[in-house]
Amino acid sequence: MVREVAESCVDTMLMEMVAMYSGRFYANKPELAARRIEAIGYQVGHQLSERYTMERPRFSDHLEAIKFICKDFWSEVFKKQIDNLKTNHRGTFVLQDNKFRWLSRVSIDPSSEKETEDPSTPGESKAAQAVSMYLYFPCGIIRGVLSNLGIPCAVSADISSLPTCSFVIRVKA
Amino acid sequence: MAPVGPRSGDAIFSSIDRVNAELFTLTYGAIVRQLLTDLEDVDEVNKQLDQMGYNIGIRLIDEFLAKSGVSRCVDFKETAEMIAKVGFKMFLGVTASVSSWDADGTCCSIILEDNPLVDFVELPDTCQGLYYCNVLSGVIRGALEMVSMKTEVTWTRDALRGDDAYELQVKLLKQVAEEYPYKDDE
Repeated sequence: MVREVAESCVDTMLMEMVAMYSGRFYANKPELAARRIEAIGYQVGHQLSERYTMERPRFSDHLEAIKFICKDFWSEVFKKQIDNLKTNHRGTFVLQDNKFRWLSRVSIDPSSEKETEDPSTPGESKAAQAVSMYLYFPCGIIRGVLSNLGIPCAVSADISSLPTCSFVIRVKA
Repeated sequence: MAPVGPRSGDAIFSSIDRVNAELFTLTYGAIVRQLLTDLEDVDEVNKQLDQMGYNIGIRLIDEFLAKSGVSRCVDFKETAEMIAKVGFKMFLGVTASVSSWDADGTCCSIILEDNPLVDFVELPDTCQGLYYCNVLSGVIRGALEMVSMKTEVTWTRDALRGDDAYELQVKLLKQVAEEYPYKDDE
């Protein structure tokens, strides 16, 4: 039987990891915090892909590997599959999860959102920035899996309407 | 109607949302690894893991109380049993045992034979002094503090350091009396 732990263990651990890096260590340097969190995700993705691909044949092309992430990998980690996969057939893939588990309990404080309507606020809102900190981890995981499968890439995430989340993978030529 | 009482850890664990433990174990491992790289000091890593655990503990106690249905423990002995039999079970899916009580019942050991945090873990020689599972001691300390108990939690045995089990010594420092926010009226 597969060993399991309570979901709250993973949830609280991720929250604390983000709080530690973006709140305590690099409070004024979000880009450094982001890099560390992504690196932790990369390590996890790298190791999980070793375990989950142990008994399968080599993937014949990029699309096969991406499909593995959408179906098998996502099911193992999030108990559901990716809802929509799009590609331009030139190395860019968009994976959309309509109810991304790690954001399903995140809400954006309406008071802070109001501030963002203020045109004088430059760039991203604080709330959106806080949410994006959580996404460096899954982005790192995806990059870790693909790079372990021999596909170097860059991964970013887009959250236009919570809890839908799209991961954009750009394979490096 | 069946009497409402504390449910066993097994029953709670089977009814709550669970995830693959590999994700949990590997994520924790990756965090420890990153901390070792960033902080370059084992003692500082121990401190951060403990802090992380403390912050987790003060949140998890709410979930524990909400889902377990336990009521107030009569003494520290019952508290320790509750952590070992219900707490560890409902969060990590393993049970611990309690032993080595001191005479006045304020200090005991919680022994963990099976520990999902350390699956796949081996410590290299460069990590001497690292308390890899320090997050756990922080969790217990944080959770107990939220229910008015100041404790000191230390590792007395660690299988990653060559011992035969994981043993945490939990010492009750003081029971903080509940204080209502009277200040508002002053």
